[in-house]
Amino acid sequence: MLDSLLHLWLDPNARWILLGCSLLGLSSGVLGSFAYLRKQSLMGDALSHAALPGVCVAFMITGSKSIFFFLIGAAAAGLLATLSIGWITRYSKIKQDSALGIVLSVFFGVGIVLLTQIQHSSSGNQSGLDKFLFGQAASMVNSDVITMAIISFLLVGICTLFFKEFKLLSFDPGYARGLGFPVGILDHFMMFLIVVAVVVGIQAVGVVLMAALLITPAVAARYWTERLGLMVILSGLFGAFSGFVGTYLSTMGSNLPTGPLSVLAATVLFVISLFFAPKRGLVIKLIRQSSMKQKIQKDTEAESYVKAKGVSQVE
Amino acid sequence: MNDLWIILTAALVAAACSLVGCFLVLRKMAMIGDAISHSVLPGIVIAFLISGSRGSIFMLIGAAVIGLITVFLIQLFQQSGVQSDASIGVVFTAMFSIGVVLVSLYTRQIDLDLDCVLYGEIAYVPWNTIEVGGVSIGPKAVWAVGFALLLSSVVIGLFYKQFKLCSFDPALAAAVGIPVLLFHYLLMGLVSITTVASFESVGAILVVGMLIVPAATAYLLTEKLSVMIVLSVTVGVISSIAGYFVAYLLDASIAGCMISVAGVMFVIAFLLSPTNGLIIRKIRQKRGLSGVIPESV
Repeated sequence: MLDSLLHLWLDPNARWILLGCSLLGLSSGVLGSFAYLRKQSLMGDALSHAALPGVCVAFMITGSKSIFFFLIGAAAAGLLATLSIGWITRYSKIKQDSALGIVLSVFFGVGIVLLTQIQHSSSGNQSGLDKFLFGQAASMVNSDVITMAIISFLLVGICTLFFKEFKLLSFDPGYARGLGFPVGILDHFMMFLIVVAVVVGIQAVGVVLMAALLITPAVAARYWTERLGLMVILSGLFGAFSGFVGTYLSTMGSNLPTGPLSVLAATVLFVISLFFAPKRGLVIKLIRQSSMKQKIQKDTEAESYVKAKGVSQVE
Repeated sequence: MNDLWIILTAALVAAACSLVGCFLVLRKMAMIGDAISHSVLPGIVIAFLISGSRGSIFMLIGAAVIGLITVFLIQLFQQSGVQSDASIGVVFTAMFSIGVVLVSLYTRQIDLDLDCVLYGEIAYVPWNTIEVGGVSIGPKAVWAVGFALLLSSVVIGLFYKQFKLCSFDPALAAAVGIPVLLFHYLLMGLVSITTVASFESVGAILVVGMLIVPAATAYLLTEKLSVMIVLSVTVGVISSIAGYFVAYLLDASIAGCMISVAGVMFVIAFLLSPTNGLIIRKIRQKRGLSGVIPESV
């Protein structure tokens, strides 16, 4: 135990991976809180599934496992996915949730067809592509981690720069349009940032679970505050903590995948928030309820006492 | 013969999923189907660990319970103020993570392969057979999914009116005395059972796709629930049969090809539906315009 602890701190590669995953959690937590407020939490889920065919096509064209090409492929697929969801909801009677489900499963299905095509073709170099897609931080090489760290850092920076615009967009897009903000462009820009976060994160936590890093920290953070600024910071910190803990446990040599551990760490934070957050937590609600009950009981007791006394006094 | 078993399994999965999928699409709960189909994973693993066997009935019960717990948690969080889509996302990713961790912890004890669970290797279905008195009576998957399909058909057939009213007008249903919540959980139970029966042999992706895509395709083609169910099952079965042959031609993932074919059928309905299609709408718009202009002139 202590050995592996020490080993982790002494091994520069492991330290990089820890840093990278924490930064990834930070950036997806920050982006996720905007997505949550805009009621687009499951968009992350759809986008992360939709990235699969994009990544496969990028690999088929370039033949290299470079995160840069994957990013381009996934961004293109993500764009196509968001456009398809928009088309389906606008031009038919199908509602958004079904549209999300259709796009998510069809894109993923196509992606898996492409993936098996790649695996069956004899173009060497493809081993590890599935590791890439289903997430194992421990198998990343140094350059991947550095790319991940830099991009995550950039994402957080961009969110800080555009905080005011994103805030307005999240709460009142109509008002933002009235003020002359290019709402459509900002909308696509934010979606693009989410796609970037998803693609960067796939390698660490996998396609299926990347959505959780966007949703769970944001939901947990929402329990603690009513202010957007604070919520974004908290959500980022929760995300960073989850990424750190997940990676830490998985690199300790238990051979457990990083993604699920990070998601479970985030879930623990969510459950803690659910119970213990001030104002909105379940515990405080229960306490408030029971104290209210006691108060009502006391009041009625006192009332009946006064009544009884009053009546006797009158007599 | 093996091809036939695979196609039969896939067609049964498609029929079972698209039957319950209709109600999910109508009730705007498509993503709950997605959530249930991911969160039954820990149910399957736990049932394995407790029973030590791939006993189907035990697993079906376990998964139905987990499915209902998922739905219950989603509603609980929603009531405590979390947005509905976010609470779906939180619950199913957490459940799925627990499942994946359990699989990787006990992967040596049980022969559940993670890739298999995700994509589902339907190609192995014919080799996992049930034997009665030493005689093989066909693949286990066929029996499990067939049972789920039978169960859903019987339950939905018996309570068709109630399910219909609950989907279209829950307030009216409650007003005429139908226990709406009971039917909600009954439907969720059916979704869980269907999901778990299909899950192990065909994987999460095929289940999610077959729950939503054929039902949505059928929804574009008709206004009547009974017609929608028939169309949805037909679309599901056609895409599983055609998907198999596409997979055979391309030498690619069978489940993936089935979903892709279902996707193609959805796109065709989206463009060409005689009542709701994009093209007929455009034509109608133009006619409408050309009809209006002379009148106003």
